[in-house]
Amino acid sequence: MSDQGIGARVLRKEDKRFITGKGKYTDDIIEPNQAYAAFVRSPHAHAIIKSIDSSAAEAMDGVEAVLNGQQLTGDAIGNIICGWGITSKDGSPMNMGAWSALATDKVRYVGDAVAVVIADSRAQAQAAAEAVMVDYDVLPATSNVLAAMKEGAPQIHENAPGNLIFDWEIGNKDETDAALATAHHKTTMDITNNRLSPNPMEPRSAVATFNEADDHYTLYTTSQNPHVARLVLSAFYNVAPEHKLRVIAPDVGGGFGAKIFIYPEEIVCLWASMKTNRSVKWTSSRSEAFLTDAHGRDHVSTATMGFDKDNNIVGFKINTKANLGAYMSLFSSSVPTYLYATLLSGQYNIANVYCDVQTYYTNTVPVDAYRGAGRPEAAFLVERMMETAARELGVDPGELRRQNFVTQFPHQTPVIMAYDSGDFAGNLDEAKAAADVAGFPARKAEAASRGKLRGLGYSNYIEACGIAPSAAVGSLGAGVGLWESAEVRVNPVGTIEILTGSHSHGQGHETTFAQLVSERFDLPTENIQIVHGDTDKVQFGMGTYGSRSGAVGMSAISKALDKVEAKVKKIAAHVLEASEDDIIIEGGEVKVKGTDKAMGWHEVGLSAYTAHNLPEGMEPGLKEGAFYDPTNFTFPAGCYICEVEVDPATGVTEIVQFTASDDFGTIINPMIVEGQVHGGITQGIGQALMEHAVYDDGGQLLSGSYMDYCMPRADDVPNYTVSHHSTVCPGNPLGMKGCGEAGAIGSPPAVINAITDAIGNNNLHMPATPSRVWAAIQQVSAAHAAE
Amino acid sequence: MTKISMTVNGKARSVDVPDNTLLVDFIRENLRLTGTHVGCDTSQCGACVVHVDGQAVKSCTMLAAAAQGAEVTTIEGVAAGKDDLHPMQTAFKENHGLQCGFCTPGMIMTATDMVKRYKEAGKTLDEHAIREELEGNICRCTGYHNIVKSIADGASKMA
Repeated sequence: MSDQGIGARVLRKEDKRFITGKGKYTDDIIEPNQAYAAFVRSPHAHAIIKSIDSSAAEAMDGVEAVLNGQQLTGDAIGNIICGWGITSKDGSPMNMGAWSALATDKVRYVGDAVAVVIADSRAQAQAAAEAVMVDYDVLPATSNVLAAMKEGAPQIHENAPGNLIFDWEIGNKDETDAALATAHHKTTMDITNNRLSPNPMEPRSAVATFNEADDHYTLYTTSQNPHVARLVLSAFYNVAPEHKLRVIAPDVGGGFGAKIFIYPEEIVCLWASMKTNRSVKWTSSRSEAFLTDAHGRDHVSTATMGFDKDNNIVGFKINTKANLGAYMSLFSSSVPTYLYATLLSGQYNIANVYCDVQTYYTNTVPVDAYRGAGRPEAAFLVERMMETAARELGVDPGELRRQNFVTQFPHQTPVIMAYDSGDFAGNLDEAKAAADVAGFPARKAEAASRGKLRGLGYSNYIEACGIAPSAAVGSLGAGVGLWESAEVRVNPVGTIEILTGSHSHGQGHETTFAQLVSERFDLPTENIQIVHGDTDKVQFGMGTYGSRSGAVGMSAISKALDKVEAKVKKIAAHVLEASEDDIIIEGGEVKVKGTDKAMGWHEVGLSAYTAHNLPEGMEPGLKEGAFYDPTNFTFPAGCYICEVEVDPATGVTEIVQFTASDDFGTIINPMIVEGQVHGGITQGIGQALMEHAVYDDGGQLLSGSYMDYCMPRADDVPNYTVSHHSTVCPGNPLGMKGCGEAGAIGSPPAVINAITDAIGNNNLHMPATPSRVWAAIQQVSAAHAAE
Repeated sequence: MTKISMTVNGKARSVDVPDNTLLVDFIRENLRLTGTHVGCDTSQCGACVVHVDGQAVKSCTMLAAAAQGAEVTTIEGVAAGKDDLHPMQTAFKENHGLQCGFCTPGMIMTATDMVKRYKEAGKTLDEHAIREELEGNICRCTGYHNIVKSIADGASKMA
């Protein structure tokens, strides 16, 4: 069979254009008669807009137009919506506040767009934006949930009293309380999950063109899901009906969730193109990205886990308060609810779990999905609790986990999920062996001789990918279906185009998707082209997020390939005068098994299109499509072991070893999967050690550039030891689980568990910066001194 | 407006641009060489690295006018011929040293510069040195693991 099929380390087809500088990203596009947009943004976190004076800006060189929110709403452009409805405990719907792409009466965070200047050049637009005079009546502001929920806090949206968006729950409260009341040991912790800025390296960008003659719009945009963008722009924002709007997401330089959502800028560029009859381009600066790209995480939780006298978990109760920012972004409500609390059973058999979640508005940029989206928050909470409980109980943290592992599948947790497969002990054993846990005491002693504190931490994460089936997520509040579509076009010469509703922004779909076809038809990947990211080419699709492109996207391709295969066999059986059951496809030929009768793969393609000799009643052509709706989520899981050395004099943490054993189900291209894990772990280490999006109490962003927001760099992270111990996912035809987010989900607790082990103080929050670690060390030293 | 003349990837180029035009904008907007990218506005990310008179430079932090008369090489000009790849480009492909590709041109320009400098100084470019030398280039996708591997491999291929 094909040596480029499933499991092969095929080098990427897409690389050549990227390594030669020939990638085509949105900002690389220049349309004829193109103008540039620059946004006038609020410098205040919370203020009433009293008036806007654009006269000076309008008179400046090159300025085409200055447009504001009153004009936008006057043209019936709709408010930005959240697409996942959450119902509170008391049955009331969530309190979604109005969000206009350009603010009309009030601004609610620093960076809220108030007006836009359209000018001949970027510099002219920026200069004129500076000259737009906005008169504000500044209001008191609030930037974190603990302040926002206080009585008397500034009210951000009229329809959300107390800034409360919803108060939601999952699991069984009474039974969990009862279980905890009888517990032999209880571990209780306050856990925060730090606020992050996603930071794909390509800033967001949009180029919108209104073609007046055809009454048609084209939008190039940095999107992970161009069809979802078109749907929302059309159905909710009234920019244009779908058949009059083409959305193209060309090469996209990373997404990590931040490019799922439809932001004000895309809406405004489309509308401004119609107003000015010019192409309008906007490209975010990094400073704008920090202010306006949806942030991630920002949870404050309290959790209690109870154990019986044999150290079995009997109950787990969690309260979480989540900051959703100034407005509800597209999937913001699903992140601290169904993508989070449904994973709070972890890898463990826990009969009773209860979680309630309150979400609040604050005067900060909206918070939404960022790599992992809810699952990192759950994994961090569960795995910090397990490690802490093991220390309190005086047992080995790996063994406490092992004795509580789910071992029988399917396993129904108390929080919706039905785990379908896994071998958690297998991952633990593989990681322990690779990390040489047995040799740790000797390494710790050796480090101590150098004056370093060495620590080891575990994380046995589980997460959920390929959110589905559509009917189930619909019943939980999702406004969309979460299937995927694919079309397989076999050309008359036998080459193949695969049209997919998934979108690649670094994941390597042009290679892995081609490998799937290569495996099926034993064809070289160079004969297979993957087409994605253009609503005019691909009929529909839900895009790429939640590690869904393998389990859902490739399953759709697989289904379409089934249909193509069936037709190929019918044609060959007819031409070769054999039974369909005897037809096999291999080595570029379609053959009759056990005979020398064969036709070339390309000859079948040609036969389908010449239609000179097809079976009675068969339609000409060789093109099939499929929609695939999964039967369940998939459940990637694994064990991460982190080993650190802390310098007690400076509080600096060095990650000296990081070992991963993941269960991703079937792996198409191990090279690409390992790359996803490396990148994910690095983002997790970034969250654990250095990244923090910080607002001051008045809502000013303090971490507004790479000078203040600490991104992991090459000398902050180690080489990784990554391996796979997989069980096949029974829920999809390829047995895949998804690998895109696991690294970012599983790694933060491993890092913090390792540092707290090293320093002997469990009171440490992310990011564990040198100053925080140093202070935690001093706290222990002071306690020892007092004894 | 100022007439800016320089040699870019071996070709003499001359364009009238506003005085405050940055070298990166001159390259991207005026010459339409869009392989050089802009990832930040504080000279931190390194997506815009090009070579000016043989030295790696962040082109977002240099005025085009300051490169008047210079020899500039961008990612589009590193390979020997039209159908060739530079050994460092090949190394990035063979070691999966890129994912979304946005930081890649800057990484490759930084990498070739670092290899050249270490060779000239007779110093060893080991993993630790590569990681420290990458201080000015941010990648959000790869976790650097395979970039470090690519540069070590590219360095051996450039030998």
